[in-house]
Amino acid sequence: MSADILKKIDLEDMKNIALGGAFLGTGGGGDPYIGRLMAEQAIRANGPVDVVDVDSLADDALVIPVAMMGAPTVMLEKLPRGDEANNALKSLEDYLGKKADAIFCIEAGGLNSTIPIAVAAGVGLPIVDGDGMGRAFPELQMVSMTMHDITACPMVMADEKGNSLVLNTVDNLSTEKFARVITIEMGGAGLIALYPMTGAQAKKAILRGSMSLINSIGRIIHEEQAANRNPVHKLSNDLNGVSLFEGRVMDVDRRTEGGFARGSCTIEGLGSYDGESISLEFQNEFLLAKTADGKPKAITPDLICLLDLETGQPITTEQIRYGFRVIVFGLPCDPQWRTDHGIELAGPRYFGYDLDYQKLEALN
Amino acid sequence: MYRIGIDVGGTNTDAVIMHGDKVLVGVKSPTTSDVMSGVVNSIKKALDDTQISADQISAVMIGTTHFTNAVVERRNMSETAAVRLCLPAAQCLPPMVDWPDDIREAVGGHYWMAAGGNEFDGREISKIDEDELTKIADEIAAKNIETIAICSVFSPVNDDMEKRAAAIMKKRLPNANFTLSSEIGRLGILERENAAIMNASLRNLSTHTVDAFRRALQSLKLTCPYFITQNDGTLMGSDFVQAYPVLTFASGPTNSMRGASFLTGEQNAIVADVGGTSTDVGALVKGFPRPASTSVDVGGVRTNFRMPDVFSIALGGGTIIEPTDPAKIGPKSVGYRIHEEGKLFGGNTLTSTDIAVGLGIADIGDAGPARELGEEKLKQIKAQIDDMITNAVERMRVSPDPIPVLAVGGGSILIPDQIGDLPVKRPENFAVANAVGAAIGQISGEVDRIYSLSEISRDQALSEARKEATDKAIAAGAKPDSIELLDQEDVPLAYLPGNATRIRLKVVGDLNG
Repeated sequence: MSADILKKIDLEDMKNIALGGAFLGTGGGGDPYIGRLMAEQAIRANGPVDVVDVDSLADDALVIPVAMMGAPTVMLEKLPRGDEANNALKSLEDYLGKKADAIFCIEAGGLNSTIPIAVAAGVGLPIVDGDGMGRAFPELQMVSMTMHDITACPMVMADEKGNSLVLNTVDNLSTEKFARVITIEMGGAGLIALYPMTGAQAKKAILRGSMSLINSIGRIIHEEQAANRNPVHKLSNDLNGVSLFEGRVMDVDRRTEGGFARGSCTIEGLGSYDGESISLEFQNEFLLAKTADGKPKAITPDLICLLDLETGQPITTEQIRYGFRVIVFGLPCDPQWRTDHGIELAGPRYFGYDLDYQKLEALN
Repeated sequence: MYRIGIDVGGTNTDAVIMHGDKVLVGVKSPTTSDVMSGVVNSIKKALDDTQISADQISAVMIGTTHFTNAVVERRNMSETAAVRLCLPAAQCLPPMVDWPDDIREAVGGHYWMAAGGNEFDGREISKIDEDELTKIADEIAAKNIETIAICSVFSPVNDDMEKRAAAIMKKRLPNANFTLSSEIGRLGILERENAAIMNASLRNLSTHTVDAFRRALQSLKLTCPYFITQNDGTLMGSDFVQAYPVLTFASGPTNSMRGASFLTGEQNAIVADVGGTSTDVGALVKGFPRPASTSVDVGGVRTNFRMPDVFSIALGGGTIIEPTDPAKIGPKSVGYRIHEEGKLFGGNTLTSTDIAVGLGIADIGDAGPARELGEEKLKQIKAQIDDMITNAVERMRVSPDPIPVLAVGGGSILIPDQIGDLPVKRPENFAVANAVGAAIGQISGEVDRIYSLSEISRDQALSEARKEATDKAIAAGAKPDSIELLDQEDVPLAYLPGNATRIRLKVVGDLNG
């Protein structure tokens, strides 16, 4: 994927970044709006945030990702006190006996695309141009760091009351299980600092360029909207994406299982897709797109984004409704996700779909 | 007995007199800057035309854009104190953080944050502190502010803290009015709080407006009850409007849709209301407008209270056409000045109505100037207009069924007879559908709350919600035996175990008496 390199995040960049974050949310991850407002406040108070290339970090530098964990709907109601993530960061630094040199974004899609920027501005550290998912995923072990045997622990979870808990678990899936329970006690959402890693580890493990990418995506969508063009064409060209389908949503079926909003929607073709249909399966995020006769068109961990046909605005799985005219857009995931370990972590079978992963490019 | 329906629009004030299901008369007169004289003129005209006397009128229903305009123009908004119960949470983004500067200044930008608030499951974030709230009340009194909006975290789940805080502060501020966010908005604290602050800031205006309507009606010897229409197609008594002026926002499109439904007998349809400068397209579900599910921007401020889902395009009867290839259609319009500026009336501007008249679709004014373009060009421009309308209609479609499109409003001659596979219906009295919509308003009751289904069953939760909504409707003046369920939706909440589900439910009933 090609994207202009982002060197600094200033106030006026936040609009693009939040929109690009919503796009990489692939239908889930929560609305980046709250994180955007927090980042804007922090930048107004403390100045812009430097974005650094991971290669510019010393091998022994300490990189710490921060994020929100839990239900985005809760966070839209119970806003943070404001310093929870900073406290989580500080607790983790105290536990490690070392100061962080850079902040890291674990999930470049949804609410978590903007929260680390607020933290970086607040504590005056740079943010690394990269992330752990290249999109949004629902669970914390679903990151490239897991593929490089970097442990989520020690992990700190903090809430607005001043509670901060350090977790040490046997593996990253266990971290997810325990931490998920704690978020409930914290009121449905908490701020976390986890996956502490060295510069050397980060250079191997992270997905590169994610901050630049979401900034570029947001800028393209805004510019194309302003010029009254559908952004999809430029996004396909610039991002190596595939416009998979255009049509109207004809059915949405939702159900809740294990705390996740699962479901599917059926889209009937318009224009050159007239007479065809496609269905999308989702579990918070869109995970599988397939034709009416069951042929897969895009499979997780590849990205499936749903965009408004007129405006190119990303549509979340919560918003999707009968009658929406949409474009289904596929984007290849980072090559790291296409390894055996990556497919095991976030491929179709992990989410309970009975099919093998095939690359987006091979399916289309 | 007869009912009068009024719709105060940006351009015209429309009035109808109805007897049962019959529309006896529909009249229009220009909206006046003081609003009231336009209302008086329209009612007078309608009463004169029908020779019905004021004492034969049993109720007057008024739809008005008054309060929306106040916000859009930042006029007549009172200084307001916003009090958020949240600490230690939610300090990072204070009240009005995402407001444009000019509207924040219009309400003064005063806020306080205090202990209180609940978690999603009803636990307390912290207890409310009577001393703290008393001190805040004294500070508010010192600033001579008498309009207060209180917003507590998760108050749609539990509104107890907002009520208690208002009671505590009332002791120090006996003359102040209080708006509680839980009575207005949904989950999403910033949007709900925004709606509450906006509501609070409009309450003085609301009191004046209700009073002015009362005096206007009295001057016509109309002593019957009068109501203001809300944006869900139901009615509010004068006390209720004084407390909740924001619920009138977007009642214009709602009244058009409801009127169109009534006039055609269609319960499920798309309604296209073509005015002078724009077309509002909405969807009717069971005779009521489908509500918007996302946040709605009012005067640059995000809010999330109930609003009809309306898609507007800049196409109306006065839309300016440049006959280039392809033609440039709008977004500018001559609006109500079409009678001076439209070519068909001897002016110099080519409008969408000229195109319709040139093609013989409508017979008003002079078709000559438009015909100079040639029939082929006119057809090509009309095809572009049809495309715009078709896209807007398709966007609002709610089902694969070939439901009809109801064409209303003064400019609805622009709408073709068929839109895709959907037939178009044009009711009689199409030009005053909005006033008809006001005249047929019903009374509603609504609940929007999160229930934890680990303690009660889904059916129990639904019946609890329905009972609460019914009680609300009766309190607002509905006939108990006419109340029926209008809409019910339960959305399981993502990422949370414990089976939390959010139920939204609404009942409606006929007006008492």
